Amino acid sequence: MRAEAQGLRKMATGDFAAAWGTKLSRPEVIAAYPITPQTLIIEHLAEFIAAGTLDAEMMRVESEHSALSAVIAAEATGVRTYTATASQGLALMHEALFVAPPLHLPIVMSVVNRTVAAPLGIWVEHNDSMPQRDTGWIQVYVEDAQEALDMVLQAYRLGEHPEVELPVMVCMDAFLVSHTFESVDLPEPAAADAFLPRYRPTSAYLDPDRPMAVGPASPPDYLQEVRFETDLRMRLALEVLEQVDQAFGDRFGRTYGGAFEPYRLEDAEVALVTLGTATSTGREVVDRLRAEGLPVGLVKLRYFRPFPADRLADMLAHVRAVGVLDRAVSFGSGGPTFLEVRSALHGSKVPVHGFIAGLGGREITAEDVALMFRKLLRGGGGAGGVTWVGTRGVEGP
Amino acid sequence: MTSLKHLTSEDWFLPGHTGCPGCGAAMLVRMAMKVLGPRTVVYLPASCLLIISDMFPLNAFRVPTLQVLFETSAVCAAAIKRALKRLGKDDVNVVAFAGDGGTADIGMQALSGAAERNEDILYICYDNEAYMNTGVQSSGTTPPGAWTTTTPAGKVGWKKDVARILMAHDVPYVATASLGFPMDLLRKLEKAAALRGFRYLHVLTPCPVGWRAESDKTVDLAKLAVETGVFPLVEYEDGVFRISMEPRFRPLREYFALQGRFKHLPVSEVAALESALQARWERDRALARATAKPPRPAPSQTTSPDDAFDR
Repeated sequence: MRAEAQGLRKMATGDFAAAWGTKLSRPEVIAAYPITPQTLIIEHLAEFIAAGTLDAEMMRVESEHSALSAVIAAEATGVRTYTATASQGLALMHEALFVAPPLHLPIVMSVVNRTVAAPLGIWVEHNDSMPQRDTGWIQVYVEDAQEALDMVLQAYRLGEHPEVELPVMVCMDAFLVSHTFESVDLPEPAAADAFLPRYRPTSAYLDPDRPMAVGPASPPDYLQEVRFETDLRMRLALEVLEQVDQAFGDRFGRTYGGAFEPYRLEDAEVALVTLGTATSTGREVVDRLRAEGLPVGLVKLRYFRPFPADRLADMLAHVRAVGVLDRAVSFGSGGPTFLEVRSALHGSKVPVHGFIAGLGGREITAEDVALMFRKLLRGGGGAGGVTWVGTRGVEGP
Repeated sequence: MTSLKHLTSEDWFLPGHTGCPGCGAAMLVRMAMKVLGPRTVVYLPASCLLIISDMFPLNAFRVPTLQVLFETSAVCAAAIKRALKRLGKDDVNVVAFAGDGGTADIGMQALSGAAERNEDILYICYDNEAYMNTGVQSSGTTPPGAWTTTTPAGKVGWKKDVARILMAHDVPYVATASLGFPMDLLRKLEKAAALRGFRYLHVLTPCPVGWRAESDKTVDLAKLAVETGVFPLVEYEDGVFRISMEPRFRPLREYFALQGRFKHLPVSEVAALESALQARWERDRALARATAKPPRPAPSQTTSPDDAFDR
């Protein structure tokens, strides 16, 4: 690790880490509305501004719908922006999410993944962000506080890349990341500045010296190309995110492997795909089962959009079976990640099994994950290839 | 104050927009842009105005425009201003032009928030008293008794008084105006443009299509709405509520006769509306008396520059 990149090491929550990453990114306008478990992020940002360590406009808006609309308008004026939300807040933002990608607005938003009512719950579930997959936002899921910080910095560099110019959600599990104290390296501003230069908009922005209409209505003659272009930029982001991760590693001594990160996969016969904090449990179980001589491995999926379908298919081509652990469900179909992985592996002979667990914040235990691996080794699939794990009245894996 | 005669011949909202003949909103925006000038950024929500002025590849504004969503005019205008401030372009005016639906109904939450934060923007509501762009559906500012496609038997309930709601936020400036009294409108536009902080103008801009009126009656309708007392011209500044002009209280039927949306109303209902109007005017006068500061002259019919203009 390069010595100058080492910052202050401190015990911090994921929310604090995300706020620190935001401070290092020097956004000019921040707009937010409080929602558990995102609140610590915006409280810390307000403290940084009050202490003079962050120079930014903070808009205490009246709703998440307004929070996202505000950063869209500010970003369209030509400045770097940040917001954060969770759960109902993200659902309320849904309408505005669609606006940022076609306008080339690389907003960064931390999303603390939380259950969406009903029933009301404040604990982790990915059913808030995964339904937003078709809005044109890049989505990355992080495992711990350090990654929550680092990915804010990476998200700006990725989103602002001239071939990408897309907004990015940095998704982190409620409480397991947001409120858990961990040892976190808090980089120094100088190192962050060298990695992430000040924002200079290259596309549309509002300037009376150079008048233009941003976000006009468009008839059918023009609209389809806008959709194609957003799709193209999302695909290009797959290349760029790897470059950004490498550049981050060169500067800070930490990389995350790009769109996904395999663990003990080379000689594995079955593999489990996980996102977020379930990955930590998954690695632990891989080690235990390996000690028993069982050939198991894991893939930590980081980017859900763009979905790294081809690379993932190559990476998993050699295994006997793939399991996908989802903390979300598309009712009557399966977990969203399961559906993507099955689609990626279409045409290969590798069977894909879906596991749905940890909904509403229910703990995903090591024993749950071990049962998933054993089921994959047995070669069995549940009804429709989807098995609910740890559910009362339902036979598990 | 500029007189209409001396108002600049230069336009920042250009002819060639696709508004209907007699569109009141287009007349208002043209005049407002003459006052605001080139150092202005315009926010447009999804609305008639957006469709007539900002349909790619055409645009009727000579200044930058942004459209994000229908209900976000106030918060987006505020965010543009905040960003301009960060960029060292604090001299630029930010104005939002939103219709009555986008203001009184779906945009109310963002409007209230921006007012509470005293965001440095000018918000102009062009009130044509229904959702005209989608085909004349009733809005919160549709007047009682009016026909719309969703109130075929006439609207039940009052017209939402957005200006009063903004006054309750104690913002630097709130005013109502009408296309029928252009000198009063111009004075208020100039005053609002010169002030800082949150400024709100609520302007009656008749829509001949939605009001089932002849397209050459827009200004007559806007004038009659004031003269019958239906649409009061008022102003709120520094805690003082002023009536800009005491109307002559011409009979309501004169106003109703020029448009089709009140045709179905029986005479008894028109009379009931007239007495309700009088009660409302008593409340307005009481508020004006209660907030008046001693040195200010009492409002009278001669205080309106438009009276002089009319003669």
